[in-house]
Amino acid sequence: MKEPILFAEHLDVGYKGEIVIGDIRLEAVPGQILTLIGPNGAGKSTILKTITRQLDPIGGVITLEGKDLKTLKERDIARSVAAVLTGRPTPELMTCWDVVSSGRYPYTGRLGILSQHDREKTEEAMALVRVESLRERDFNQISDGQRQRVLLARAICQEPRVLIMDEPTSFLDIKHKLDFLTLLRELVHSKDLAVILSLHELDLAQRYADRILCVRDGRVDRIGTPEEVFSEGYIEELYGVERGSFDALFGNVETEAVTGDPLVFVIGGGGSGIPVYRRLQRQRIPFAAGVIHEGDLDYPVAKALSARLVTQDAYGPIGLAALREAEEIMLRCRAVLCPQTRFGPMNEGNLRLRELAAERGLLTEPDQLEELLKR
Amino acid sequence: MEEKRRFRYTLCFVSLLIGMFILLVANVMVGSARLSIPQVLSILFTKTGDNAAIIWKVRMPRLLAAAILGGALSVSGFLLQTFFANPIAGPFVLGISSSAKLVVALTMIWTLSRGVAVGSVVLIAAAFVGAMLSMGAVLLVSNRLHSMALLIVCGVMIGYICSAVTDIVVTFASDSNIVNLHNWSLGSFSGKDWGDVTVLTIVVFLGLAGAFLLSKPMGAYQLGESYARSMGVNVKRFRVELILLTGVLSACVTAFAGPISFVGIAVPHLSRRLFNTSRPIVMIPACFLGGAVFCLLCDLIARTLFAPTELSISSVTAVFGVPVVIWMLLHRQGRSDRG
Repeated sequence: MKEPILFAEHLDVGYKGEIVIGDIRLEAVPGQILTLIGPNGAGKSTILKTITRQLDPIGGVITLEGKDLKTLKERDIARSVAAVLTGRPTPELMTCWDVVSSGRYPYTGRLGILSQHDREKTEEAMALVRVESLRERDFNQISDGQRQRVLLARAICQEPRVLIMDEPTSFLDIKHKLDFLTLLRELVHSKDLAVILSLHELDLAQRYADRILCVRDGRVDRIGTPEEVFSEGYIEELYGVERGSFDALFGNVETEAVTGDPLVFVIGGGGSGIPVYRRLQRQRIPFAAGVIHEGDLDYPVAKALSARLVTQDAYGPIGLAALREAEEIMLRCRAVLCPQTRFGPMNEGNLRLRELAAERGLLTEPDQLEELLKR
Repeated sequence: MEEKRRFRYTLCFVSLLIGMFILLVANVMVGSARLSIPQVLSILFTKTGDNAAIIWKVRMPRLLAAAILGGALSVSGFLLQTFFANPIAGPFVLGISSSAKLVVALTMIWTLSRGVAVGSVVLIAAAFVGAMLSMGAVLLVSNRLHSMALLIVCGVMIGYICSAVTDIVVTFASDSNIVNLHNWSLGSFSGKDWGDVTVLTIVVFLGLAGAFLLSKPMGAYQLGESYARSMGVNVKRFRVELILLTGVLSACVTAFAGPISFVGIAVPHLSRRLFNTSRPIVMIPACFLGGAVFCLLCDLIARTLFAPTELSISSVTAVFGVPVVIWMLLHRQGRSDRG
């Protein structure tokens, strides 16, 4: 691994002498994205504000290329560290070009007059972030997605080696979130940037971060690769999730299961059951599902949402034990839904369940379900 | 694009200079004694003639004071607007002019009662103290309340208290010299001599030079304090420097011309629209020239409209300034609705 360019050790951060998070150790490595996650108010922003020197550290040191940040000149720090902060600046009568070119601040002279070189760097930054077409637009009149890109261009224009961003994707729609982070990835590689950012979107953190730092209860709870951090059940624990679950493998969110005796039995599999489970959950109808192979597409959702779930080990045909259990639960339900339409040797048991349900007059079409349950 | 901007800036600066020149000439010519251009020229170059005294002792110092103090006032308004990120901040609405006025009035009465005549430098110092006091009060408020509207309300309140106290003090001070004090406390460019003009020119141009040197961090500050810091601005030092400069400029204006309303808001706004930018490096000279033109025009109107009765300069600046401010508020409202 490369040497970290920005490094913090035993760092205590907080407001007015009161420590919000203590004993932080973090490092920003060129070519890598370090992402801070954690519940609201845990202090992600406090850490980032301290690194960007909006807050003084209460204890510990931050070093930039091996030198203590406190001993460096403002201008020298600004030549190495740039930021995209939360909150929308509302400068009056500034075009996007003006905003981007303000990133040249640490390079210009006493009066801040841009040289030819500064202009070229500004153009280059705008081209990299693909906002050239906004050059003449008033910064106050562009969309949120455009604004974040312009602010990113401004930071790039500062020619930093470390880029710090506080929740850069909040307020963006899904397209602009993906665009922004993909662009960032490209820049990290092409410019060998060390990036520290905070994110609320866990699914995105999992996909775009090289390392993740989890903040909670006044400390750094975990730090590692997404694979190390996103272990089964950890995210629920980190955020104190009680009414729902987070699928650590796929980064999916599910709500909580409707508990109680199941009224409906769902014969699913291969992903066919997922919309049915979610719909029953929304209608607050307790249901059972089966027989689902572990590792099946249906499995994580059925596990999160069903009141009862009958499973079978992966890669084997449905065995007799599972079948008996499923039959018993199914016959106590008032209706059976069977979104699964494809049957083969592995799920032959489910075909038998379906035949049994049809025989007993339990097999129901989804649109008749509501009426049936009212009776 | 940069060429287009440069062209616009040049055009605007040239227009302002021409406007200023015309108003300077008009201010010399028009008055109780009307002079023609040849007469004016001959007096200016020979310093002799029937009306030489009027021009050299009355009109010239007065118009120079109006131009320079008007410029200083609108630059101090621009600095305050940048500092508070609030387009309706200005030395008058934030109570800075009024509290400077109060301290100057107290100083004058105290020294007059002891039979000492004080120089203009002492008055500037007194005004500076007053300006800093209200600036301090406003800063305390702005640290506690993060509302722009409340900040302005608070400034206006400070202004009212100071004006009220000044009125009381002036009413009960019985010295005959108080008559002058009364005129001054309403705001006027009259009664300036060359000594005053020399002092105010030096102070204002030092202040302007300081402001101009701060135009780089000021530009960064327009993106907000945290961005300024991330670009390497020493924000603490910058804020102190900006406050001191604002104080010097508005103190100088108040010490010589009393409180003058709305120039500090209206002129920077008009200048921004005219130049279509808020870049400090352009706006500082632009506001200075704009303020000079505005005050020369207002002073011309103040002394000629109901001649021989002279209006207080504040009445005239308010008549022209307030519609601009209201228009600006409406315009901004529209923008934030769309945004």
